[in-house]
Amino acid sequence: MSTKTEPYTWKTMPRGSVIPEAGNASGYRTGSWRTYRPVWNPKTCIHCLTCWILCPDSSIQAEGGKVKGIDYDHCKGCGICAHECPINTKLMAKEGLSDEERAKGKAITMVLESEAEKAE
Amino acid sequence: MSAIATEVKQRRVSLTGNDAAAEALRQANPDVVAAYPITPQTELMHAFAQFHADGRVDTELVLVESEHSAMSACVGASAAGARVATATSSQGYALMVEICYIAAAFRLPIIMPLVNRALSGPINIHCDHSDAMLARDTGWIQLWSENSQEAYDNTLMAFRIAEHPSVLTPIIVNLDGFILSHTGEVLDVLDDAAAKGFVGEYRPERALLDTDHPYSVGALFLPDNYYEARRQQQQAILDCVPVIEAVSREYAELAGRSYGLIEGYCLDDAELVMVGMGSTMGTAKVAVDELRAEGLRAGLLKLRLYRPFPGPQIVAAIRHAKAVAVMDRAISYGLDGGPLFHEVRSFAHNQTRAPFASYVYGLGGRDIIVDELKGIFRDLEAVSKGADASATRYIGVRE
Repeated sequence: MSTKTEPYTWKTMPRGSVIPEAGNASGYRTGSWRTYRPVWNPKTCIHCLTCWILCPDSSIQAEGGKVKGIDYDHCKGCGICAHECPINTKLMAKEGLSDEERAKGKAITMVLESEAEKAE
Repeated sequence: MSAIATEVKQRRVSLTGNDAAAEALRQANPDVVAAYPITPQTELMHAFAQFHADGRVDTELVLVESEHSAMSACVGASAAGARVATATSSQGYALMVEICYIAAAFRLPIIMPLVNRALSGPINIHCDHSDAMLARDTGWIQLWSENSQEAYDNTLMAFRIAEHPSVLTPIIVNLDGFILSHTGEVLDVLDDAAAKGFVGEYRPERALLDTDHPYSVGALFLPDNYYEARRQQQQAILDCVPVIEAVSREYAELAGRSYGLIEGYCLDDAELVMVGMGSTMGTAKVAVDELRAEGLRAGLLKLRLYRPFPGPQIVAAIRHAKAVAVMDRAISYGLDGGPLFHEVRSFAHNQTRAPFASYVYGLGGRDIIVDELKGIFRDLEAVSKGADASATRYIGVRE
């Protein structure tokens, strides 16, 4: 549950462990759980929005039918976006490629969080 | 229970304990009942399903594939805003216990007769209180019944207690398997108008089906909030005692049967006091009568309420005793002395110098008769005169 404002005491907490306001999960930053970070490449992205549809945490930011970026406050780093990104499927299908080489074809690639932080 | 004069119309009927609890459920007319059969509860829900088939209740009866599903359906229905009941026993309870903790944490006032039966293994279908002891820490209120009359009365009152706006906590009504559930007994039941008027309508403070006021149930509580939620839950169940007392007083005025948190029998001047729960307390009253006729000052304290635990009330009622026997129809394995024994003695700590002795009895439906109960009082008499009380006594086990 979100505690953006003053934290609840045991006396002020809503009864029954409910969250009385709907849709307040956006206020609860859960992105720190991430081990791998998805990195988006706007140059290769074709804005098919496959990642946007499949992201279980609604963390692909899109506007007017275009991908705009990734919401790192809520992305858990599951990698579905990178896995499903269809860019350069011919390259992906080619045998004898390393994982690194395959990843090159994607508009979203997964990078170790610690390395992404170093690169920042 | 004690009787007082009343004007309300009642029917004197012969019912088993299962039928008596089902009769109370019929009169309360829950919106949703989700249940799965298990001995010895099966006939309770069988009777209720017959009421349903005959159109005598408006209930949505959900016949699920397990008790885990039964309690899950109850949680969903109760969160949706429905009046909800179910019933189970033993292994069925063990299977649903995961969801029982959640029902209590979500403050969902589900009503559940628990027809007490031994837990496996070895497998056994007969009465003891191990399933109720498994329920002990789940956060449910627990009422106990000595006979089918009490099972009926407790079940009706359970709706008013659990659904009270300041309580909103699920409740178990214990009744001993077979000894009560399958034994015919003459009892008085309220006429439908009086029963329905007493139980009233359930108006939930929040309901998921109220889509104009959306909210979330079942969110993740991390270390920053879980502790506060649980601390609040503990206060809520501790604070429900005045509501139980008020509902019981109102019921006494209506039905003429009066219930406290505890019941004393020949207790006021008793030197040798037995403390216990369930149907054996009825047998123990016979033992007390016979011993009183012999001049022994025997007395009985029966718990009607087990959770929240009425420790201060128990201690106030037994402080004058010279020795106390606490009866447990269950074992907490690895803990020497029964669970009820330890709770009662813990509250009595520094309040009395009387020795306490732990008596385990009746596991897996092992019979306990008047002579054995008299034997316990005689043993207790020796304890009151200095005999060693430290060893747990296992009544009726073959040595």
